[in-house]
Amino acid sequence: MYYTRILKPFNLLMPQTIDEAISILAKYGNKAKILAGGTDLLVKMRQRVLTPGCVVSVNKIKGLNAIDGDPKGELRIGAATTMRSIESSRVVQDYYTVLHEAVCQIGTAQVRNMATIGGNLCNASPAADTAPPLISLGAEIKIVSAPGNRETTRLIPIEGFFAGPGKTILQSDEMLTEIRLKPIAKGTGCAFLKIGRLGVDISKVSAAACIRIVDGVCKVARISLGAVAPTPIRAKKAEITLEGKKICEDIVAEAGDAGAEEIRPVKDMRSTADYRREVSKVIVRRVIIRACQRAGVDV
Amino acid sequence: MQTHMKSPTTFTVNGRTIRVEIEPHKTLLDVLRDDLDLTGTKCGCETGECGACTVLLDGKAVLSCLTLAVTADGKNIVTIEGLSEGEALHPLQSAFIEHGAIQCGYCTPGMILSANSLLNDNPNPTPEEIKKALSGNLCRCTGYQKVIEAVEDAAKRIRRM
Ligand SMILES: Cc1cc2nc3c(=O)[nH]c(=O)nc-3n(C[C@H](O)[C@H](O)[C@H](O)COP(=O)(O)OP(=O)(O)OC[C@H]3O[C@@H](n4cnc5c(N)ncnc54)[C@H](O)[C@@H]3O)c2cc1C
Ligand code: FES
Ligand code: FES
Repeated sequence: MYYTRILKPFNLLMPQTIDEAISILAKYGNKAKILAGGTDLLVKMRQRVLTPGCVVSVNKIKGLNAIDGDPKGELRIGAATTMRSIESSRVVQDYYTVLHEAVCQIGTAQVRNMATIGGNLCNASPAADTAPPLISLGAEIKIVSAPGNRETTRLIPIEGFFAGPGKTILQSDEMLTEIRLKPIAKGTGCAFLKIGRLGVDISKVSAAACIRIVDGVCKVARISLGAVAPTPIRAKKAEITLEGKKICEDIVAEAGDAGAEEIRPVKDMRSTADYRREVSKVIVRRVIIRACQRAGVDV
Repeated sequence: MQTHMKSPTTFTVNGRTIRVEIEPHKTLLDVLRDDLDLTGTKCGCETGECGACTVLLDGKAVLSCLTLAVTADGKNIVTIEGLSEGEALHPLQSAFIEHGAIQCGYCTPGMILSANSLLNDNPNPTPEEIKKALSGNLCRCTGYQKVIEAVEDAAKRIRRM
């Protein structure tokens, strides 16, 4: 892989507000790249995978790195919030455990101090660890752009955000500003699991589940997998297998098998497709069991 | 487009306020080593994997190889050179020496700053917590065990201070 010490020179802009940032994007179009934590972007710039003429740092934009609202109404996480801040958030830990579990396992301490949730999503790696939890939580994201031919603000379900490896539906003049989480319904348990070579590594397979159980019966199941397809995916067959059924060992095993049927794994330096398929079964089963336990039902 | 434009940048390094003109594409690692002669901060992989370039930015351990220096404007930076007070070593530094947690020493500045960041948040970490906090600092010499012992011992010394 091509790699060089020195970054190709660029123009660096540090807007103070979202409005300033989007007008810069409107002006420079695809010559500009947003810089948040830099843990993906600067690596790609060193490898010359990306050579933006203009880098737009969002670090000075106030409020873009805050967690506010409340879990009974709506919780809002700013796009530039670091993994570290999310990891330390009591609200996320207590209510959105699936997201807490994912961010705790991302990279290393230094990476978590730098890496942002918006950068993780916009980088659009199929293995991005915050994607499956957010999909399982039914999160929405807020996208803004400068006045022009399009709506200047749109809210879309996170599920529709990813378009392929490294690709999202963001246009070059748009930026992600916020992630919104709905309240968790009573009787819901959620969990995240990931398999990597070492704990700190990029996921080979990851899975998130949010399951609502009433009187032992699964009412709603949301299951999502990472690193097993060109984008993070929802395992709808696994969800259908569970919904309306009494939770028991057999049905959970069936859901694991159904989940593994939906994956479209690639073979890369991290694992073979067969390995990912076998592991998906196990990890879907385990993540469901853990979510059910948190909903108060032992399997 | 006005590329290469140097930006006046002011930050605090090891307690001293420093004003420098920096090209936007220079990383904090470049500026510390090449412009400020603070060569204690090491350059290993420059892709975020090894932790040799770790410094504290507003008290948190970050990778200087993936930080553009201009974006550190207004912030407080601590490098390994800023840990000792005159000739008096920081307890982490003494503990590393006494426990044989240094061999070639290349990883040590990063290790010590990561450990320092941990101890600021958690003065009494378990060995597991130490391992997790240092998982972003690779060492090719020590085998890590002595490093963990040194951090545990330093934590004890700091708690007594
Ligand atoms: C050693 C190491 C270990 C890692 N381990 C993991 C891991 O375990 N799991 C994992 O998921 N990732 C991991 N990563 C990848 C990376 O740290 C994460 O994806 C991180 O969240 C990226 O965020 P960032 O703020 O650093 O993004 P940046 O690098 O700043 O940006 C990434 C991309 O998103 C765009 N972008 C950023 N913010 C916005 C926005 N608000 N609107 C529009 N576009 C935006 C940028 O233009 C860029 O294209 C690791 C990286 C390293 C170096
Ligand atoms: S040199 Fe920065 S992490 Fe290796
Ligand atoms: S002491 Fe040599 S790399 Fe750690």
